[in-house]
Amino acid sequence: MTIAPPIKREMHVVHSRGDKVFRGIVTAGALTSLVLLGMIGAFLFARGVEVFSTSGFKFLTGSNWQAGSEDGLIPNDFSIGPMLVGTVIVSIIALMFAVPMSMAGALYLEFYAPPKARRILVGLLDLAAAIPSLIFGLWGVQVFTSFGERWSYFLADRLGWFPLFSTISDNFGRSPFVAGCVLASLVIPITTSVAREVYSRTPRELVDTCYALGGTKWGAIRTVVIPFGKSGVVGGAMLGLGRALGETIAVYLLLNINFRYTFRILESEGGNVASLIATKFGEATPDELKALVAAGFVLFVLTLTVNMVASAIVTRSTKAARA
Amino acid sequence: MEKVDTSVRSEQEGIPMTDTTSNTAVLDTEFAGLETRDAHAWFGNHHALAGVSLQFPARSVTGLIGPSGCGKSTFLRLLNRMHEFIPGAAMAGEVRLHGQDIYAREVDAAAIRLKIGMVFQKPNPFPAMTIRENVLSGLKLAHIKVDDDEALMEKCLTRAGLWKEVKDRLNASGGSLSGGQQQRLCIARSLAVEPEVLLMDEPCSALDPGSTLRIEETIKELAEKITVVIVTHNMQQASRVSDYCAFFLTDGGPGYLVEADKTRKMFTNPNDSRTADYVQGKFG
Amino acid sequence: MQAVPTRPWEKEKSVRRRSTATLLLGALISCAIVLFTGFAGPDGWAVVLFTLAAVFTFVKGRKLQAKERKNAKAHLFILAAAIVAFTPWISIFISVAFKGIKGVRLNFFTSDMRTTTPDDFMNMGGAAHAIIGSFIMVLIATVITLPLGILSGVYVTEVRGRFSGVVRFVIQSMSGVPSIVAGLFVYTTFVDASGTFSALAGSFALGILMLPTVARTSEEVLKLVPDDLRSAGYALGARQWRSTLMIVLPTVRSGLITAGILGVARVIGETAPLLLTALSNTSFVFNPIKGPIGSLPMYIFGMLQIGTENSINRAWTGSFVLLLLVFGLFSLARFIAGKDKR
Repeated sequence: MTIAPPIKREMHVVHSRGDKVFRGIVTAGALTSLVLLGMIGAFLFARGVEVFSTSGFKFLTGSNWQAGSEDGLIPNDFSIGPMLVGTVIVSIIALMFAVPMSMAGALYLEFYAPPKARRILVGLLDLAAAIPSLIFGLWGVQVFTSFGERWSYFLADRLGWFPLFSTISDNFGRSPFVAGCVLASLVIPITTSVAREVYSRTPRELVDTCYALGGTKWGAIRTVVIPFGKSGVVGGAMLGLGRALGETIAVYLLLNINFRYTFRILESEGGNVASLIATKFGEATPDELKALVAAGFVLFVLTLTVNMVASAIVTRSTKAARA
Repeated sequence: MEKVDTSVRSEQEGIPMTDTTSNTAVLDTEFAGLETRDAHAWFGNHHALAGVSLQFPARSVTGLIGPSGCGKSTFLRLLNRMHEFIPGAAMAGEVRLHGQDIYAREVDAAAIRLKIGMVFQKPNPFPAMTIRENVLSGLKLAHIKVDDDEALMEKCLTRAGLWKEVKDRLNASGGSLSGGQQQRLCIARSLAVEPEVLLMDEPCSALDPGSTLRIEETIKELAEKITVVIVTHNMQQASRVSDYCAFFLTDGGPGYLVEADKTRKMFTNPNDSRTADYVQGKFG
Repeated sequence: MQAVPTRPWEKEKSVRRRSTATLLLGALISCAIVLFTGFAGPDGWAVVLFTLAAVFTFVKGRKLQAKERKNAKAHLFILAAAIVAFTPWISIFISVAFKGIKGVRLNFFTSDMRTTTPDDFMNMGGAAHAIIGSFIMVLIATVITLPLGILSGVYVTEVRGRFSGVVRFVIQSMSGVPSIVAGLFVYTTFVDASGTFSALAGSFALGILMLPTVARTSEEVLKLVPDDLRSAGYALGARQWRSTLMIVLPTVRSGLITAGILGVARVIGETAPLLLTALSNTSFVFNPIKGPIGSLPMYIFGMLQIGTENSINRAWTGSFVLLLLVFGLFSLARFIAGKDKR
């Protein structure tokens, strides 16, 4: 006689009244957060779509920012091309300095620093990552600019033939180069902390094996530590990039907004999208405001993408390390 | 009573023999291989190893046996100057290779590690490298140039007993092999820099019995050309693989050497009763 | 026979003394070179010192084997690059401390700028209004976001409702909102609707930036609670709300407090969102719904913009106070988290 297969029974959960209230409150709270935050994204998106449908891709590529007059004689013409390029240029300069420096800083802390110095420096590094960007801006203007000007002068003088370093004027104080250096300083504590974290997780046996084979400290670092930490360092670099892309105050203080596509990083002109918003919002016409919001939307999408790629890389590298 | 490997090896120079009165090895002062004289080791204030004097006969396998925590692995790391990487480590006494103290001021530790290699407990091929690159990694790390590195690689893989299995996939990642194969890869990697001594810290404890036996065969073949020192928890393995054994023990304080002699003698008729108890499985 | 522990691998004291002496000599030579040539300033000195060290390393390296040479060169470059990496923020700590402490007087913490111009000397006026303004806005922001953030965390880990995935996704995404965009959002909605800049608007903008941090930290902290603890509660017959309130939440109480503190530390230094929502003010303001209100970041920003010697001094002093606040918050968070572990 064949036995009938067991029939699965549905398991109901009946919540008590107390639980229903509890779950209701909690759900309401979570959904409120969801709605509030989602509203922002939706609002930005709506405005962005509006401007894109009127201006099309010219919003991203054009290089005019003209608020239309009220009588309609002068049309609105808003585009953020140079600002986007400026955002990218300043951020790339920042990362080009920050990534190698922070790798070196992390290697120093993990492999070369005496234990007491390491403890103090790591603690200070965590605090440095929390310094508000305004203070970086203050330091940049008051302390760093003289150095930045000196180096720009040197670069323009000796390497001015290279198109990136060519200059027209003699004013070096508020250039993408100086802003990039200050942004690099801002990003370095973050990327150094991440890199140090990653390097400290290098399996001890792999490092020991390098020594057992007669290698030197640099041999071990080159053969094992740096390859092992590659993806983690990249993730950290992208986190730094996300921070640099959205940076407002430091760039606002260090860069004069100039609506021109330029690759002359030593020249005192440039700008990024965030500082554009900060500069223009005060006297913006209603249409101009809509364009600013659309610009904010573009910036948001940019930073969001970078952050998502960064966390994907970081999660993948921590999973690989645990395997 | 355990079945002991009775294969006879010819008389070697510098056979460690235990002096029944002092329980330390009677030393041949003309000895020209690897030896320690009154070696101690500390981790910070913790005295982990006390006064070990031992000679390792050339072209043989010496097994370091004893219960866990007796300082066998610490002693092993003294032999190739890996002990000093642990923060707070200190040592006393001498470790000599060819009559020269390897802890002397002018000695280059990295050069010593080329002559005295090490294979670790957990197989650890470099994950970012292929099998070929793994075998030759020692040469790269030491900046040694060889005329024919393909031939050297084949020789090392053959000596490690791995050549036939990987010769068609030398470009595969080091991590794509099984545990036993990975450990043999690590052995091949250590052989590439042509050491005179190979130290092995429980190389089979993370492997299955089949891989273990194959590695034991490899070890016996290796000992025809180089000196092998192997730490093992497994007495049967010691009796299968080693020509000489050194028995370590601790009374709660630092680990020390109880007795060292030919394996056959250690397992059938040791001088010390504690050795007899241990090899009979009465403790440990 | 007692054996004495030794460390024969460590460099002898004499060798170490010689290396330090060589380094000092190199530093002095660099000073001399800088004085006599056109290289100016500490960066010039550093470059000269580095060049000297590089030459020294290369010359010594000729006696060594290839791998030792590369090791020594690598050591030099890593050390130099690490120094370059650490200099900016160390310079900031030092600048803020030394330049800021000059203006730390009682009046800085008790007066506002209503009757003083920024260019007056430091014994007049103060930033009390800014500190109070920041306090008010951060307080309102915390009151709004801390419960919301904790509830979101509880929803995702305890209630595990249908929207958990969506909630987590949105929170994760919104943590990437640039601060200026958050300010812009509040500007075009709330400030527009209410017709005025206000502390409330500022709090909303700060809240947008705070909420993802608080929610994510709460979720992480709640996830750390082992399921056995919850099972124990249910096995005793407790309902979910009792189990959560009496067992789970008290376990993570300090973690949730830390979440709040970290959220505050994150937003207390934000300038960009306040630029568009609360603006700035020179006098004490206690009304959160009407009129622009001062805040510490906007105070610093304003002083910096003016650019005279005394206003810059005020900016440094303001930064000093701000940094102390941020570090104090972080230390507090670490202290609370540490207490939890015991």
